[in-house]
Amino acid sequence: MSWEVVIGLEIHAQLTTKSKIFSGASIAYGAEPNSQACAVDLGMPGMLPVVNHAVIGKGIALGIALNAELGKKQVFDRKNYFYPDLPKGYQTTQMDYPIVGKGYLDIDVDGETKRIGVTRAHLEEDAGKSNHGIVPGMTGIDLNRAGTPLLEIVSEPDLSSAQEAVAYARKMHELVTFLGICDGNMQEGSFRVDSNVSVRRPGEPLGTRAELKNINSFRFIEKAIEFEIERQIELIENGGQVVQETRLYDSETNTTRSMRTKEEANDYRYFPCPDLLPIHVSDEDIAAVRATMPELPGAKRARYVSELGLSEYDAGVLTSSRAMAEYFEALFEHTGSKDAKVCANWITSDLAGALNKAGLDISESPISEQMLAGMISRILDDTISGKIAKQVFEAMWKGEGSADEIIEAKGLKQITDSGAIEALVDEVLANNPSQVEAYKGGQEKMMGYFVGQIMKASGGQANPGQVNKILKEKLS
Amino acid sequence: MLHTLSVKQMSEKLHAGEITSVELTQHYLDRIAQFDPELNAYVTVTPELALQMAREADERLQNGTAGQLTGIPIAHKDIFCTDGVKTSCSSKMLDNFIAPYDAHVVTLLKKAGMPILGKTNMDEFAMGSSSESSYYGPTKNPWDLNAVPGGSSGGAAAVIAANLAPMATGTDTGGSIRQPASFCGITGIKPTYGTVSRFGIIAYASSFDQAGPMSRSAEESAWMLNAMSEFDQRDSTCLEQERADFAAELNNSLEGLKVGVPAEYFGEGLDPEVEKVIKDAIAEIEKLGATTVPVSLPNKDLAVPSYYVLAPAEASSNLSRYDGVRFGHRCEQPKDLEDLYKRSRAEGFGAEVKRRIMVGAYALSAGYYDAYYLKAQRLRRMVHDDFTNAFEQCDVIMGPVAPTPAFNIGEKTDDPTSMYLADLYTIPVNLGGFPGMSIPAGFANGRPVGLHVVGPHFSEAKLLNIGHQFQQVTDWHKQMPEQYS
Repeated sequence: MSWEVVIGLEIHAQLTTKSKIFSGASIAYGAEPNSQACAVDLGMPGMLPVVNHAVIGKGIALGIALNAELGKKQVFDRKNYFYPDLPKGYQTTQMDYPIVGKGYLDIDVDGETKRIGVTRAHLEEDAGKSNHGIVPGMTGIDLNRAGTPLLEIVSEPDLSSAQEAVAYARKMHELVTFLGICDGNMQEGSFRVDSNVSVRRPGEPLGTRAELKNINSFRFIEKAIEFEIERQIELIENGGQVVQETRLYDSETNTTRSMRTKEEANDYRYFPCPDLLPIHVSDEDIAAVRATMPELPGAKRARYVSELGLSEYDAGVLTSSRAMAEYFEALFEHTGSKDAKVCANWITSDLAGALNKAGLDISESPISEQMLAGMISRILDDTISGKIAKQVFEAMWKGEGSADEIIEAKGLKQITDSGAIEALVDEVLANNPSQVEAYKGGQEKMMGYFVGQIMKASGGQANPGQVNKILKEKLS
Repeated sequence: MLHTLSVKQMSEKLHAGEITSVELTQHYLDRIAQFDPELNAYVTVTPELALQMAREADERLQNGTAGQLTGIPIAHKDIFCTDGVKTSCSSKMLDNFIAPYDAHVVTLLKKAGMPILGKTNMDEFAMGSSSESSYYGPTKNPWDLNAVPGGSSGGAAAVIAANLAPMATGTDTGGSIRQPASFCGITGIKPTYGTVSRFGIIAYASSFDQAGPMSRSAEESAWMLNAMSEFDQRDSTCLEQERADFAAELNNSLEGLKVGVPAEYFGEGLDPEVEKVIKDAIAEIEKLGATTVPVSLPNKDLAVPSYYVLAPAEASSNLSRYDGVRFGHRCEQPKDLEDLYKRSRAEGFGAEVKRRIMVGAYALSAGYYDAYYLKAQRLRRMVHDDFTNAFEQCDVIMGPVAPTPAFNIGEKTDDPTSMYLADLYTIPVNLGGFPGMSIPAGFANGRPVGLHVVGPHFSEAKLLNIGHQFQQVTDWHKQMPEQYS
C-alpha cells in the first residue's frame, strides 16, 4: 500500500532593517556578545517598545508578491513564556491580525507547476542566543539577536515530497532576496526553514507530524525530510506510532534525532500587547510599497524570453539572484541594449565560470558591468573577435585595465584592412602548393586548414569573415 | 516657615533672590531627616543629588534662565526610573536596582530645574491601596499615624501632607494618585491616558498606568502637569497632539458649569460622614455658579471586577522580566534554571504581587481567556460608555474618591477583596482613560476627605479650573497636620 507525504514549512526570514523591530539597536551580525542590546532589548524596567516602521513596508512587499490578503489592521500580541534568552518573558508577535494573510507561491518541479498555499506571514521579534560551553559550567546569554525583526512565513501543508519542499523553500528564498527584504544568508540564520513532516495512507486523516528545525542548507533540508519520511513510514509499518516532537538533523550521519521527547504543553497566554497600538495600513501605503517593488523573478524571466529573445535556460540563470539580474541588466544597457544574447553568454559562461572558480558572488566580481560592457562593445563593433575577447577578459580579470587599454597595450586590434589580409592569404597559399593542389582536386576540407594558417600568421587578429571571403576569391 | 509657603510664594522668593534653592532644599532635607523615620514616606533620600541640582537651579535663577518651578524641590515615586538612583518600586525584587536612565517625567522635571529630594514609598509594584505592601514597610498617614496614607502613591501623598516635599510625582492605575490624595488631604490629578509618557515608569498595568502631579493646590498641580507632559516618541501610547496649557483656565468662572452627580456614587457602603463632606463641597461649587444634574453610571459595579481581571493580566506579563537572570533579585545557589526562576521570584515578590500575577496568568490561560480577559474587555467598554453618555448631560462628574476616609494600618491587609473595593469610585475612571482629580474637601472622623472630579478626555484644564476656584473659597488644601506645620 502506498503512502502520502504531507509537508508544511515555517520559514523565518530576518528582515533587512538597520535596527531592531522595537528598538534602535543595530542588528548587524557577528558583534561581540551583548554589545548590540540596548535597555529595551534587555527588558529593563520601564522600557517600552516602539515599532520600527521599516518592517511594515517589507512585510507588505512580501504580501503583494504572494498575491496575499494584506493585514490592513495589525495587532502585536505577547506570547508569554520563560526562557533565559527571552528577556521580557514574552515574545512580541502577531497572532490574530498578521501582516500577511492567505496567499500562494507557484513552484516548478519536474517541469510541472504547482501552486502552494501560504497560510500567513507575521512579524515578530527574535530571541537572543543561549551559548553552552563558552562559560564553563554555565550558559552564556547573548542578547544581540533579541529583538531582530523576523517575518515568519507559514505554508499550507500542500507539499508532498522533499523535492517540493525544497523547491518551495528555494523559491521563497529567491523571492525575499529579490525583494531585498531578507539577505537570505542561511549560515548566519537570516533564512531559517522549519519543516513539519507527516505521512498517511491516501484518504486518511493527517498523520502526526514531526518538526525538523535549524537546518542551514537546502541540500540538508531535502536529505533530512527524505530521512524523516522513511523513518516515519518504517515506524508505522512496524506497528509503531509517530509522536509529535521536534527533531534535529545530523548531517554527519544523515539522520534525525529527537530534540524534545515530549512536546511541552506550553500555554503561551497570548494577549494583545498593551504597549503597542494596532497598526493600520491604508491603500495609499500599499500603493507606495508596490511602486518601489522591483520586478519579480518570474516576470523578469518571462520578459527576458519574450522581449530579449533569451533561452529559458539563460533567463533562469540570469534571474537566479537579484544581483545577477541587476548585473545583466546594467551590462545590457551599457552595451547600448543591442545584443542580449552576447551579454547573457558572457555572464553565464566566462564570468560565471571565473566567479565560481574564485568562489565569488557576482556582487563581488572584479570585472564590473561597465568593464565587461566596454569589452562587449569592442566585439560588437568588430574591433576584436570573440576569440581575442577571451584574452581581453582574462587580462581584465587580472586587473590589467579596461578592455580598450588591454587591446591597445597588447595590440589585439582586429586586422580589417583587406590589402593586409590579401597579402597574408597570398603568403599562405604560396607556402602550401601541395595543399592548394589537393583543394583544387576536390578536397574542400583544405579550406579550414588555410583559414587556420592565415589566422595563425595574423596572430589571431585577422577578421575571420574577411579572411574567408578573400580566400574563396583567390581559390576560385 | 519655608515649608508652609505655597509653591507660588516659594517661586516668587526664589526669583526675587530672597531665598536660594539650596536653602529651600536643605530645609526639606532637614525635615526629612527629622520626620521621615516615623512616617517612612521615603524609600531613598538623595541629599547630594538634591543639593547639586539646587546649586544648578540657583545658577539659572541668577542668570535668568529659570522657569516657574526652577529651584522647587520634588520627590519622585519610586516607580519612576531615576538615573544613578535606586529605583525599587518598593519591591525586594528591585532592592538592588539602580536605574541607568531617567523616566521621561524625571527628564522633564529635571529640565524644569526641580531638585530631587528622593524616592517615595509605595505599594509594591503599585499594587495596593494603602502602601502597606511595600517591602520597606508601611508609610504612615501624617494626619494620624495609625492610619494608612492610601496607595499606591501613599509615600508621595504623605510627603506633601507632612511638608517633606512641596511637590511629588505619582502614578494612578486604579486610583493610586487620587485615593492617597484624598486620604492625606492634598490635591492630585490623573490626566487622560496618554498625556504623560510612560517611558521609564515601571509598568504595572500598561493600558491603565498614567502619571500625574501631587501637590497642595490645583494651581500647583497645573504648573507641574505642564512641566511633566509632552509627546514622547519612546512611548507608543503617548498622545502626539500638542498639550494644552493646563493652567490657562484656572481663573475662569464656574458660572454655568454643569456638574453630574451619579446616584451610583452615593449608594450603599459610602460612609455617611464622607457623603456629607462631598455634598457640602458640591453645594460650595454650586455657590460658584455651577448647577447639578443627576446622571447615571449603571455599570459602575462592573468596573472593579473588570479591572481586577485586566490589570493583573497585564501585570502577569509585565512582571515576567523579573526572572533573576539579568537584574534584580537572584536567589542564592540556584541548582538549575527552574530553581533560579522559582526561588528568585518567590523570594523577590511579596504576597499581593504574587496574588495578582496568579490571577492574571489564570485569566489569560487557554480555555479561560474568553470567559475572563475578553469579557472583562467588554465590561471595560461598557463602563467607558457610561461616562461618555453621562458627559452628554454634564461637563464633569463629582462624587467621593473613596467610600471611607483613611482606614487603619493592618485593617484590611487580611481581606484583599475589601481592599479592592476601596477603589470602586476611582477604577471606572481608569477603565475609560478619563482624567480625574481629588481635591481636599473636609474631614470625616478627623481624617481628610477628597472631592472626586472627573471629566471627559482632555478636560484637565477644566478640572484644575474647578479645583482652583474651589480653593479660592475654601482652605481645606491649606490645612496641615499640626506636628508637621
